[in-house]
Amino acid sequence: MCLAVPMKLIERADTEGVVELNGVQRTVSLMLLPDARVGNYLLIHAGYALSEIDETEARETLALLGELAACAEEA
Amino acid sequence: MKPERLIQLAHGAGGRAMQSLIRDLFLNHFQNPHLEPLSDAAVLSPISGGRPALTTDGFVVDPPIFPGGDLGHLSICGTVNDLAVAGARPREITWALILEEGCPIDLVERCVISAAKAAREAGVSIVAGDTKVVPRGRGDRIFIVSAGLGIVPEGRDTGDHRLSTGDLLILSGPPGDHAAAIMAARHGLAPGSLVSDCAPVNGLVEALFEDKVDVHTMHDPTRGGLTAVLNEMAFRSGLALRIHESDVSINPAASTVFELLGLDFLSMASEGRILLALPSSHAERAIRCLRSHPLGRDASVIGEVLGPHQDRAPVTIKNAYGVERVLDLLSGSDLPRIC
Amino acid sequence: MNTTDLYHDSRVVRSLVDQIHKASRGLPRSITIMEVCGTHTHAIARAGLRHLMPEEIRLISGPGCPVCVTPVSFLDRALVLGRRPSTRLATFGDLYRVPSSSLSLETAHAEGIQVDIVYSPRDCMKLARENPDELIIFLAVGFETTAPTIAALLVEADQSNLSNLMILPGNKIMPPPLRTLSEDPDLQVDGFLLPGHVSVVIGAAAYAFLPDEYEKFSAIVGFTPADILRGVLEIVKQVKDETPCVRNLYERVVSDGGNRNALALMDRVFHPCDAEWRGLGVIPGSGLTLREPFAHRNAERIDVDMPPAREPAGCRCGDILKGTLDPPGCPLFGKECHPDNPVGACMVSSEGSCSAWYRHEKRSL
Repeated sequence: MCLAVPMKLIERADTEGVVELNGVQRTVSLMLLPDARVGNYLLIHAGYALSEIDETEARETLALLGELAACAEEA
Repeated sequence: MKPERLIQLAHGAGGRAMQSLIRDLFLNHFQNPHLEPLSDAAVLSPISGGRPALTTDGFVVDPPIFPGGDLGHLSICGTVNDLAVAGARPREITWALILEEGCPIDLVERCVISAAKAAREAGVSIVAGDTKVVPRGRGDRIFIVSAGLGIVPEGRDTGDHRLSTGDLLILSGPPGDHAAAIMAARHGLAPGSLVSDCAPVNGLVEALFEDKVDVHTMHDPTRGGLTAVLNEMAFRSGLALRIHESDVSINPAASTVFELLGLDFLSMASEGRILLALPSSHAERAIRCLRSHPLGRDASVIGEVLGPHQDRAPVTIKNAYGVERVLDLLSGSDLPRIC
Repeated sequence: MNTTDLYHDSRVVRSLVDQIHKASRGLPRSITIMEVCGTHTHAIARAGLRHLMPEEIRLISGPGCPVCVTPVSFLDRALVLGRRPSTRLATFGDLYRVPSSSLSLETAHAEGIQVDIVYSPRDCMKLARENPDELIIFLAVGFETTAPTIAALLVEADQSNLSNLMILPGNKIMPPPLRTLSEDPDLQVDGFLLPGHVSVVIGAAAYAFLPDEYEKFSAIVGFTPADILRGVLEIVKQVKDETPCVRNLYERVVSDGGNRNALALMDRVFHPCDAEWRGLGVIPGSGLTLREPFAHRNAERIDVDMPPAREPAGCRCGDILKGTLDPPGCPLFGKECHPDNPVGACMVSSEGSCSAWYRHEKRSL
């Protein structure tokens, strides 16, 4: 378990939100993440938002991966 | 507000209701001399210049209207494409409807208009048709069955019997857009710019022959996607096929739909793409030809034909990490999953 | 180029694989790493990661597929309930082709039992509204990623006064089987790749017992090749340094405390109970059943005549799930048992070890 996809919250009304990725949009429930902020990426599972993606952590991980990629190219 | 016009049982009964449906909808939109007489059969001109090819298909997709298309458009493209990938020039189409009592006439009309449009695009004529109505609950709004007649020009011989070791495999564009559009419609995902890739490919195919590309075999990866056609080809020819995952590109929106639903793009249907096999010496020419056509802009080589598969797995896929794994036929339909 | 492609990037994968190989050379002995999440099983098989591992590392699948570990009796009961008049079953696609003692939901549907596949528990609300004269019974399976969504569904159903919706409770929770596995003397597992999305809900701190009580090495990881490989590398390092801990490598979504709203909602609707895990027997406190205020939603309370459950003969799903047997080691694998004719759930579920192995791994014919 479990399939979950990061999608951007583009609007919300009460406990319902609309999320988007690559132009595909979906209505999701925010019952499990009532403080979700419009503009942030959320982890979506089975039509519910489970978590916000922490931007700082995401950037750090990407930076780390970028270094690994560069390492491989030098080899 | 005008009440919605619905299909009644009378529309299939052969009487006045059916006659006016035929006149108002079918004759009105499918204008061609073969259909006008409304005779029992369309008698065509004598065939010369090649061998006749015949195909038939049923169209039952749910929902009947999806991003970028509908059942009417699909029912013409699907049949035209089956003929085209067999190397035939499609000419005549028959079109039979099975309507459920209560089906909105607007839906039927929409499908008729789309079918007419697709027929014009493909350069084919709808020469015969039929309408039946089943009681409410015994159908699903609209089912369409179409058959197509084409001619394989003299001297042209394509098919899996021509697959040879060393051939390259070319895909005319990103796979799966059609399936993604359908799945999005079914599961309440707004598709954004994603539309079905449904289109008649006979123009694309003829362009290849005009350019003297030595096409060995062609397929349209519909139900079951690439996995299904590759396995069919391997089964019929006895040769092993290998594709390279990084050479198969898919539209980001389609990819997102598949990710959300847990579907594998390799088994997702396209309705406007061709997979072809040809000698490696012709690959460059074929790519150039395809890319100069609106339906083939993203054509690319995706794999190769190897030797007899014998005890090996018939179809394999090599990924970006150098790992080669087996590409099996799916059992049953690929269902959306959440785990 | 989209930077998130770095998670699948072949240079990143190569770099991590190189590091894993280098680090493994210094290992005192071979090690076994177990993942306990069906989505990890699938991701590893899809990317072929097992083939990139050095000889010193064995990657195995544990009981991470919620469908595989659902006992046959659950499906038997579902089918009996589905045969009652004016009843429709709703299920995730994952469960659709799993065999019960007799039929699967798929074959049952062909025989007239109404089964709807839903993608989200919320789809059940729509089903219930569109079929007011029928009882919708949702087959609730899944771990802590999914359990809160089902809890939310029931709360929403109550708020909307929707009376024709129930669930057949079958959700399970993850920490108890990890404990059972760690205590099993047959099991030779050094470390765990912990399920990233379950962890989003329960929090990293929930696994503290693994290093503290059992000296197991572990890492919480996401589901891309880069995420998984980082986890393997981390566990190798922990083994070499002899520093068992729970390292959170999915910090972009996993916190120490987890999703408190989700946990609260789960706690409001469910309470832990003993549950049967296929192949592992009963694990105390590992299942979720409905609390009293939601008893009216519990389809288990409907009185039905249950036939005795039959586990398929010769099926070794149990050993597969414990990680003591690889799919090719089962005498039925690829012969009587294959995706077109599955004997046990491990082959039918798209997440099952055997299904993933059959579909993605190399096999000799």
